[in-house]
Amino acid sequence: MAPKTAASASGRKTAKPAKASNGGPIVDFNKDEELKAYREMLLIRRFEEKAGQLYGMGFIGGFCHLYIGQEAVVVGMQMALKEGDQVITGYRDHGHMLACGMSARGVMAELTGRRGGLSKGKGGSMHMFSKEKNFYGGHGIVGAQVSLGTGLGFANKYRGNDNVSLAYFGDGAANQGQVYESFNMAQLWKLPVIYVIENNRYAMGTAVSRASAQTDFSQRGASFGIPGLQVDGMDVRAVKAAADEATAHCRAGNGPIILEMLTYRYRGHSMSDPAKYRSKDEVQKMRSEHDPIEQVRLRLVEKGWASEEDLKLIDKDVRDIVADSADFAQADPEPDVSELYTDILL
Amino acid sequence: MPINILMPALSPTMEEGTLSKWLKNEGDKVTSGDVIAEIETDKATMEVEAVDEGVIGKLLIAAGTENVKVNTPIAVLLQDGESADAVAAAPKADADTPAATSDAAGGKARESAAEPTATTDNKVPAQPKTEVASDPDIPAGTEMVTMTVREALRDAMAEEMRRDPDVFVMGEEVAEYQGAYKITQGLLQEFGASRVIDTPITEHGFAGVGVGAAMAGLKPIVEFMTFNFAMQAIDQIINSAAKTLYMSGGQMGAPMVFRGPNGAAARVAAQHSQDYGAWYSHIPGLKVVQPYTAADAKGLLKAAIRDPNPVIFLENEILYGQSFEVPKLDDFVLPIGKARIHRKGKDVTVVSWGIGMTYAVKAVAELEQAGIDVELIDLRTLRPMDMPTVIESVKKTGRLVTVEEGFPQSSVGDFISNTVQREAFDYLDAPVITIAGKDVPMPYASNLEKLALPNAGEVVQAVKAVCYK
Repeated sequence: MAPKTAASASGRKTAKPAKASNGGPIVDFNKDEELKAYREMLLIRRFEEKAGQLYGMGFIGGFCHLYIGQEAVVVGMQMALKEGDQVITGYRDHGHMLACGMSARGVMAELTGRRGGLSKGKGGSMHMFSKEKNFYGGHGIVGAQVSLGTGLGFANKYRGNDNVSLAYFGDGAANQGQVYESFNMAQLWKLPVIYVIENNRYAMGTAVSRASAQTDFSQRGASFGIPGLQVDGMDVRAVKAAADEATAHCRAGNGPIILEMLTYRYRGHSMSDPAKYRSKDEVQKMRSEHDPIEQVRLRLVEKGWASEEDLKLIDKDVRDIVADSADFAQADPEPDVSELYTDILL
Repeated sequence: MPINILMPALSPTMEEGTLSKWLKNEGDKVTSGDVIAEIETDKATMEVEAVDEGVIGKLLIAAGTENVKVNTPIAVLLQDGESADAVAAAPKADADTPAATSDAAGGKARESAAEPTATTDNKVPAQPKTEVASDPDIPAGTEMVTMTVREALRDAMAEEMRRDPDVFVMGEEVAEYQGAYKITQGLLQEFGASRVIDTPITEHGFAGVGVGAAMAGLKPIVEFMTFNFAMQAIDQIINSAAKTLYMSGGQMGAPMVFRGPNGAAARVAAQHSQDYGAWYSHIPGLKVVQPYTAADAKGLLKAAIRDPNPVIFLENEILYGQSFEVPKLDDFVLPIGKARIHRKGKDVTVVSWGIGMTYAVKAVAELEQAGIDVELIDLRTLRPMDMPTVIESVKKTGRLVTVEEGFPQSSVGDFISNTVQREAFDYLDAPVITIAGKDVPMPYASNLEKLALPNAGEVVQAVKAVCYK
C-alpha cells in the first residue's frame, strides 16, 4: 500500500511534527487521553475474546464477527465526537457499541440472546441499537448502513443542527452500488457524513486486490469530489487526528468526507472462518509490530504515565467488567415467549 | 483456580469434532491468542486459541481423538502458583465452564441452540389481535367535493406537511417537474426545496437515505416514480425499514411512507406493469395500503403519513385521473386496516381492492341486472388485513370471489381464500374463486395485454359459477 499523506481535506494546512507510520498526521495525546484510549481499546479486546470463548461454548449462536485488531479505529473516531453525533455500522459492531458507551452487559446478553440484551434478545450480534447513545445499528446487509448513515446526515441537515453522522463500512462493502448512490447524494446535498472505510484487507476471504480495481479507498469519492484521507488505523492518535479534521470539515457545512482506515483483523471473518487465505506470518507480524493497544501501552510506560502495576489494575478492571457481562449474559433468562409478537408494529 | 479449556464450537451447527493436533505440551506457558491445538470438523480445520494466560497443566484428550463433543474439557490451564497434581486429582470447573454447571440458563445453552424446548416453554403464544377503529362518522350535511385520486393524494400530503414540519417528500421529479404523474403538483411552491426534494435516479440509495432519516425521527414520504423501480430498493424497504423495530427491541423504527403508482398502466409491458400487493403484504413490520377511491386515497394517505410504522402505499396510474366524491372536512383521516363495504348484498361476497375494484364494480352492475345481489368489499388495506369483515360477509352469503391484477400464484386472493376456508368452512356453499392476472409477464401488444389482465366478464362468470347459475 502506498499511503498518501493527509492532504488537508477542508483546505486547512495540517502542520504536525509527529507522523503516523504511513506518514499521516497524528495528534499528541496527553496522559488522560492515552489512558482513556488504552482502557477503551482493551475493553473491546477483552470483550471480544470473551465473546469468542462464549461462542466456542455454545452460548452465542449464529454469526459472530469479532473486532480484534481494529480497536483503534472506533476508539479514535469516538474521541472526536460530541453529544448528538450519530454512529452506524455493519455487522462487525461489538466494538462500536462499547465505544459508544453501550453497556457490556447489554451487548453480551444480546449475543447470548437473553432478555437483558440491548434488543431484548431479538437482534443478536449483528443487530443492536441504542437511541440513547445515538447508535443506529448493527446492520447485517453489507453496504445498507451506508445509505442509512447518509439518511442520518440528511436528518441533521434538515434539522439545521451541527451534528455529524459516522457511517462505518469495510473494504468489502465499499464495492456495493448503493455506497456510490449515497456518495452522490451526500455531496450533492452537502450532508454532514463521515464515511469511515475500515480496510482490514479482506472482505471475508477475499483480499482487497482480488476484489477491488481501485484499492486506495480514500479515493473512492473522487468522482463526486468528496475528499478522502488514508489513515493509519492501527495508531489511535492518527485516527483521532483524521477524525478531528473530518468532523471540522462536516460541521463547517462542507459536506461528506471519506476516511480510509488501514487496519487489520486478527481473527477470521466470523467464528467459523479458518482464515486459510492469509499466512500466519502476516497475522503475527501485524500483532507484534502494529498492535493498536500495545502501541499505547509502550508509550504510557515510556513516558512514565503508567507503571506496569497501574496497567495491571486497568487490565483487572476491564477483565472484571467483561467477566461481569459474561456472567450476566449466561444467567439472564431467555426472552419471555410473549416477546415473539412484540415490536413488529407500533 | 485451574481453568478447563473446552472443546469449542466453531460454527453454529458444530456438535463434535476431531482433536487433530496439539501445538502445546504440558508445562508450556501460553498467553491469550496463542494457538494451542487444531481441530477438524466436516467442514474445515480450525485453530483453537488460548483465551486466558497460564501454563498447560494437563492435556485431557489425546491428539487424534475423534468425535469429541463440544464443551468437553480438553486441557487444564494453570494460573500462577497452581500445580498440575491438584488438577489430576480433581479438575475443577470454573465459572466459565457451563458443561459442568447445572443451572438452566447456563449448562443447557448448547442443547437449547439445537432444541429450544430445553429452557423455555415452547408453546407458541397466540398472535395478539389488534382492534381497528371504524371509519369516522361524516357529519350530516357535510359537503361532498368531486375530485380525482391525483388531487386527493396531493391534498393529503399538503395537509400533513402543513401539520408536521418533520414530514417531507423525496423522489425523482417530485419538485421542479411537479411529479412525473403530477401527484406532488404545487408542493415545491408551498413548502420549498428543503421539504420537496428531487433525488437523482437512484432508488436503492434514496430509499436508504429515507429510511435513515426516518430512523433519526423524521417522517419521509418516499415517492417511487413507479413501484416497478422500487425493486431496486426492496432491500432497504424490507431489511431496514420493516425489520428495525423488531431487531432493536422496540427502540427505533422507520415512521415513513413509500408511495407511488403500482401495477399495470397501459401498454408499458412486462417491466413496468407489476402489481406488488402480494409481495409487500407478505412482510411483517410493514403496513400495506392499496386504495381505490379518492376519499380512501386521501384519508388513508393522511393516516399513513401519521403512522409510526413504514407504510407501503400502492397507487395506480389509471386511477389517478378518476373522480370520486370526497367529504370536505378539515381533517379527514381513515383507519388503516379496515375494509369498506362498497355495496351491501346478500347472495355472494366479492372482495377486491385498488384497480381490481374497477372490474368488480362493473361486474356488480351487470350482475344486478341478472338478479344477483353482490356484497362488494373494498379491502383498502392488505396488511393488516381486515379478515373479520370478509368472514362476516361470507358467513352471510356463503360464496366468495376475489379480484386482483397481480400474478395468480401466492396471490393475495389465495391468502384470503385460505383464511376463509379455515375460519368459515361450514358456511361456504361453493369453492372460492380467486381472479388474478394471467400467469405471464405483461405483454406489450394491445390485444395480449387485455387478455393478461382480469376483466369484468371474468368476474361476472366467477360470481355466476359460485352461485351455480
